Amino acid sequence: MRLVIALPFVWLGLFFLLPFALVLAIALGTNAPDLAPPVELGLGLQNFALLFTDDLYVAAWLSSLRIAATATAITLLLGYPMAYAIARASPRWRSVLLMLVILPFWTSFLIRVYAWIGVLANNGLLEQFLRWTGLAQNPETILGTEWAVQLGIVYAYLPFMVLPLYAALEKLDVSLLEAAADLGARPLSAFATITLPLSLPGVVAGCLLVFIPAVGEFVIPDLLGGTGTLMIGKVLWDEFFTNADWPLASAVAISLLVLLVGPIALFQRQQAKSLERRP
Amino acid sequence: MIGLPSPKRSREAQPTSPKSRYGSAQAGRARLAFTVLAFGYAFLYLPIALVMIYSFNESRLVTVWAGFSTKWWEALVRNEAMLSAAWLSLRIALVSATAAAAIGLAAGYVLARVPAFLGRTLFGSLVIAPMVMPEVVMGISMLLLFVGSERLIGWPDRGFLTIAIAHITFSIAFVAVVVQARLVDFDRSLEEAAMDLGATPWTTFITVTLPLIAPAIGSGWLLAFTLSLDDLILTQFVAGAQSQTLPMLVYSSVRLGVDPQINVLATIIVAIATSALILSGWLTRRRA
Repeated sequence: MRLVIALPFVWLGLFFLLPFALVLAIALGTNAPDLAPPVELGLGLQNFALLFTDDLYVAAWLSSLRIAATATAITLLLGYPMAYAIARASPRWRSVLLMLVILPFWTSFLIRVYAWIGVLANNGLLEQFLRWTGLAQNPETILGTEWAVQLGIVYAYLPFMVLPLYAALEKLDVSLLEAAADLGARPLSAFATITLPLSLPGVVAGCLLVFIPAVGEFVIPDLLGGTGTLMIGKVLWDEFFTNADWPLASAVAISLLVLLVGPIALFQRQQAKSLERRP
Repeated sequence: MIGLPSPKRSREAQPTSPKSRYGSAQAGRARLAFTVLAFGYAFLYLPIALVMIYSFNESRLVTVWAGFSTKWWEALVRNEAMLSAAWLSLRIALVSATAAAAIGLAAGYVLARVPAFLGRTLFGSLVIAPMVMPEVVMGISMLLLFVGSERLIGWPDRGFLTIAIAHITFSIAFVAVVVQARLVDFDRSLEEAAMDLGATPWTTFITVTLPLIAPAIGSGWLLAFTLSLDDLILTQFVAGAQSQTLPMLVYSSVRLGVDPQINVLATIIVAIATSALILSGWLTRRRA
């Protein structure tokens, strides 16, 4: 039994926990382009000072937060009615509808993001469609804007929102709603007082599962966003791969973790609670 | 594609009066549900469908239809770089899914069955955290570990091994969660009966527990396999200069714009994923 505990413990300690200590250590060093690896160890806070003083990093931090929060809200607004409709469908349809939500998750993330390039591009399929239907004569190109990034996040993470919402809504006892209707409650107030509170754990889980990866997203802002779209994951990537500034990239990684430590702790607590609640 | 979901009535009790407000609103609700689902699924599937259709396009321009052609399919089959990248990705996915299934099984078992030991809280956090850790952060931290260890003990060289280790590390969580959920739902009396009849814990695990949680381990393995095949960010950090996996190749090609060969690849991936999902759905239904 001790071996069963030790195997995952040692593996994760060595390859997951220990590396974070290294990131912190490197973030305190300085960039040394002539060395290989390009780092001179030290105990300076200059990289963190730069994060606070340089507008680029502050702006990237804030706009990651804003983009992820907006996209999470849109995903919730789209995902909630979908999850509700699936949970209320007949059992035979329910499994098919669920499978159709899960299927995109099994296909390549990169290719699902790529799919939007052709749709949103200048003179792309969406613009052609808008001109053809006469809805807009000179539509502005969406690719390369923050809207494209939001759309990409909503699209890529919608299944992560629908599944926990569905799990919460499926358990809901319909007789509660009938009782409310019989007692004279309107559908909207029955929803607000019964359905919504009972599905709240699903809402929280879904929002965290979208928000947390969206904040650190790299592929979506890189492929769908433009030069003006700042996101912290992309800044980290560029510092590392383009500028080869490992210490600064490490400091950016830590600032990203600081942003996410609250949501991640909340997610962990909820995950533990949801397993305890089972019989 | 999507049928009208029939509005669901109460599971047990019939409504007291057929004219209850709840009943009269149902037709309108069904129509609304249909609209919501049609819109939602169109959003999920239309972009992918367009990519698949345009893989048969004659033109190089992915947004202009110029007639039916299979020339991009022929080009992909002859694309040596793509084929060897796919082969590397497959081998890494096989190795890392298998290792992640073994370690994830151990982790899920401990989470479900060992209520207290020194470091239990840390253990729980360590297992779950990689699920939500931003990949850029995990990528840079693992690279620093590999570079550091290479400097200290001359091992490991970056490539197959480091990519596999990275993929195993973030897949463990997904296997563990699936296994844990299955073990928590599971009827303990079967294990207790085996123990009462004199089976050792190990024999009980092999003959009773393992067969019952095998579907969970299988779907965990499949999840780890898919995650490994699809991973770009972690791989890009730890791959080194020599190895190029399929997502790395796709990414470098997509950055330069749309490429009809990527459309072909997308069509193949969607076809494989769809058949795998249908197959696994069929298998679990047979077991149930």
